[in-house]
Amino acid sequence: MAFESLQPKLLLLAAALLALFTMAAYTVYFERRISAWIQNRIGPNRVGPFGLLQPLADVLKLLFKEDIAPAAADRLLHRLAPMISVTAAVATIGVLPFAHNLILADVNIGILYILAITSLNVYGITLSGWASNSKYALLGGLRSSAQLISYEIAMGLAVLSVVVQSESLMTSQIVEAQAEIWNVLRNPLGFLIFLITAFAETNRLPFDLPEAEQELVAGYHTEYSSMKFGMFYVAEYMNVVLSSAVITTLFFGGYLVPFGHLFMSDLPAWARTGLEVLSFFGKTGFFVFVFIWVRWTIPRFKYNQLMRLGWVYLFPLAVLNLVLVALARMLF
Amino acid sequence: MQVVLFGICALLAIVGAVGVITARNPVYSALFLVLNFFSLAGLYLSLEAQFLAVTQVIVYAGAIVVLFLFVIMLLNLRPEDLPRFRLDRTGPLVVLLSLGLLLGVGMGIWSLLGASFPQDPQAQAVGTVESLGRALFGRYLVGFEVVAVLLLVAMIGSVMLAKRRFQ
Repeated sequence: MAFESLQPKLLLLAAALLALFTMAAYTVYFERRISAWIQNRIGPNRVGPFGLLQPLADVLKLLFKEDIAPAAADRLLHRLAPMISVTAAVATIGVLPFAHNLILADVNIGILYILAITSLNVYGITLSGWASNSKYALLGGLRSSAQLISYEIAMGLAVLSVVVQSESLMTSQIVEAQAEIWNVLRNPLGFLIFLITAFAETNRLPFDLPEAEQELVAGYHTEYSSMKFGMFYVAEYMNVVLSSAVITTLFFGGYLVPFGHLFMSDLPAWARTGLEVLSFFGKTGFFVFVFIWVRWTIPRFKYNQLMRLGWVYLFPLAVLNLVLVALARMLF
Repeated sequence: MQVVLFGICALLAIVGAVGVITARNPVYSALFLVLNFFSLAGLYLSLEAQFLAVTQVIVYAGAIVVLFLFVIMLLNLRPEDLPRFRLDRTGPLVVLLSLGLLLGVGMGIWSLLGASFPQDPQAQAVGTVESLGRALFGRYLVGFEVVAVLLLVAMIGSVMLAKRRFQ
């Protein structure tokens, strides 16, 4: 492939990475502001107007902190684990459609690629737990691997029900198939299952057992400091942003503008693309808010409850949903 | 492009495979196995088998090796607990068998020399989900269903064994 033909893709990649990092950084800020609002506090408002420069200050602080690794840690894996976490998080943007024909790689197995990448997330967490050589970190890592594997199955089945409806594994076609009606209305149970498993896969409350503060100090990243800790932090919020983007793509029409068929055809191409990008990031932003909202509203599950919910309720429900969706597809 | 991809993936696959059996620490062995699986997925990609490549990552790297790691971490092995590798009486036999295997594989590769990557669009369509699904649920339906039953039986069996120990 010639370099010239790659240039627009590289530009898009740079823009997407910039957007992702910015969104992840500001999700931290909004998490603190919204949690403060929910708990009737004020939150960070000192750095810049409304505290908007707070993420910048946080990153600078993390960069200048001393980087400590435990003496008994496995040095190589201790260093590798946060890198795996961030890489696995970033790699998802490759197949997300930001607007019509605005996608990095429209491969014909797009949605499976997302599942494959999210399943690699567990390595960063598990390895950091083991490499730290600390019992809290190890317990956090173990909990995480069991949790991710359990919820991956229900998540995969929920995704499959969407694939049955769209008759395609390509993310762009899944979006286009929702032009008449969003998948959330055709497949509400699938959406609910996917939403719950997304919370579990991102280790967010009410499923944040891998880092349960009261029991495990900070879980898998207890023994991390400086920017290595920062990378876990960034990875967590990137996963929140990306999960929101995937929920948008699968169930809420992706980049499609609501009621767009009424006025979109009259607009010039650049305005259509702009509106679609806005629509995509707007919907994604809404789900990021839902992630934060739930975290500060619902208390944590116990571990046996988590496993019971995953295997006894969500898994059979996801199978049932898949059968129902397939039946509806055959009959209508 | 394809040759370069093949070269990188093949090299990494070999490094991973050798690492699995030579690493002293079982956690590293498991990680080398992941590297090997990833390189295999890359090789599948270079053969236009995208679905197979992704399934390889989801099933093996994403689920099975995680379970391996889970068990290894719970065992909490120290390097000094592990037996050292040494050549005893079975040594010559091992060397002989390995050489035989190498010879067999080498002959297989020799006969394939000169074969090229799939170029025509007809061949490229073989690796897609659609053609794979048609094959599995059409021509090979019986075999596919038998394998499914076999897996189910194995699963029930393991659950039964685990339950009996607790009663």
